[in-house]
Amino acid sequence: MKELSYDAVVIGGGAAGMAAALELEAAGRRVAVVEREERLGGILGQCVHNGFGLIEFDEELTGPEFAERFEDRLSARPIEAFLGCTVLELEVEGEAKVVSCVSRERGVMRLRAQAVVLAMGCRERNRGNIRIPGSRPAGVYTAGLAQRLVNVEGYVPGKDVAIIGSGDIGLIMARRMSWIGCNVHAVVEIMPYPSGLTRNIVQCLRDFDIPLYLSHLTTDIYGRDRVEGIEIAPIENGALVMEKAFKIPCDTVLLSVGLVPENELSRKAGVSINPMTNGPWVDSFLMTSVPGVFACGNVLHVHDLVDYVVEESRRAGRFAAEWLAGRRPSRELRVKAGANVRYVAPGRIEPGRDNKLYLRSMIVKNDAVLEVKLDGKPIRSVKKGHVQPSEMITIALGAADLVALAAQPDSTLEISIQ
Amino acid sequence: MRKELTCITCPMGCRLVAESDSSGELAVSGNRCPRGAAYAREELLAPKRTVTATCRAAGAAVDGSGTRRVPCRTVAPFPKERVPELLEAIYGLEVSLPVARGQVLLQDALGLGIDLVATRTLS
Repeated sequence: MKELSYDAVVIGGGAAGMAAALELEAAGRRVAVVEREERLGGILGQCVHNGFGLIEFDEELTGPEFAERFEDRLSARPIEAFLGCTVLELEVEGEAKVVSCVSRERGVMRLRAQAVVLAMGCRERNRGNIRIPGSRPAGVYTAGLAQRLVNVEGYVPGKDVAIIGSGDIGLIMARRMSWIGCNVHAVVEIMPYPSGLTRNIVQCLRDFDIPLYLSHLTTDIYGRDRVEGIEIAPIENGALVMEKAFKIPCDTVLLSVGLVPENELSRKAGVSINPMTNGPWVDSFLMTSVPGVFACGNVLHVHDLVDYVVEESRRAGRFAAEWLAGRRPSRELRVKAGANVRYVAPGRIEPGRDNKLYLRSMIVKNDAVLEVKLDGKPIRSVKKGHVQPSEMITIALGAADLVALAAQPDSTLEISIQ
Repeated sequence: MRKELTCITCPMGCRLVAESDSSGELAVSGNRCPRGAAYAREELLAPKRTVTATCRAAGAAVDGSGTRRVPCRTVAPFPKERVPELLEAIYGLEVSLPVARGQVLLQDALGLGIDLVATRTLS
């Protein structure tokens, strides 16, 4: 078995992994990226639509274009990329971490490193995760799988489509399916508001007159060998009204019902997981509960823009390099999600430096106020024109914002939305 | 004429109302910034969309391995009412590999002065 040594190994070669690896290499570290697919870029390769890169490149790119710009940056640097290479296990052996992986070309390898960056991304929730009743016919796909079939493999999954869930991938697929000549008959959303971006509702549904059923639950998928339709029923005042249930005939069902960080490897390595994000708990260095193991991108929490993924992952790469150089946080404040906030990442910040926090609202509101409190004392309030659960909020807290405050060793920073 | 629409320029999603008076002048309200008014004008008078799709890669292996589809886009937003025609042209293409990102696949599509280009380098 081949054994190789690096300063850092990055698991996952999507946007997050590439951004983290570039920072580590820029800091003079020997880095390897391990990627399961035959090419770097991750999910961006199948996201052929535009809307990526407005922050990173100041222009609107498609997924493949965004990915390739990062691939170009990577190939210009001495960064080892193991492609078609699946990680089987991450083990901690004292100070060292060992990444066991296997590829068709090289067989089994053990990559030894002081630091590991987790950048495995996320997976789609499927039918079993949301327990849709009914029979088990062919024709039920997650939206991302359908996207891969259409955009990469060149197959059309069906002709008459119903989409369950109004996540962005589902909305993008509504347009894509319409553009390849399919009929999209409905998008069904359990919540009273769509979970995707407003601009996607407009340009992916309204352009094609696709009905959006808000506050509707899918109560049945029927058909024997192939999907023949779904049954949906409205939710009124919190109760399902079965008398008003109706059927929507279709031969294909796409599910766009959320994403879950992919942390099988992390869990087995002993990394503690935050149940609110399904990603690791991380400190101000974006370091997990296992010293020397860092996390960034969608494996940490699900982001809505790749631009945010890249920004966060650069920080993780830089922090990993600093940690390798022996730097440790001098003092940390705990960060807590207050009223109307689902979660805040990371869970700790270091008061003496520039921190960036990512959070998600639990409410839909115009003219909202973001309140930051330290041990119950308001220290900052930020006006937000509009907040909604599907749109991530970022807040920068610089050294100047916190260092002057007489925080106790066990101080807590709480962020709420009013 | 009175028309309601949602601005898609940014995540605010302003609800716009556009009204034209007897002289045909369009008045936009409900927008919180000037971009909303510009969006409403273009959307009502000459709607455009950036078209992204994939086209067939020539000589794709029958076993499903290798490159089968080439992703592509219009370099600028395309007149909305001509999009179905453009898609037909895209699906009729067969692109031989290798192809480079930015390579023109369809020049001056439908004679409207807008090129279709590949969005990824593939071999």
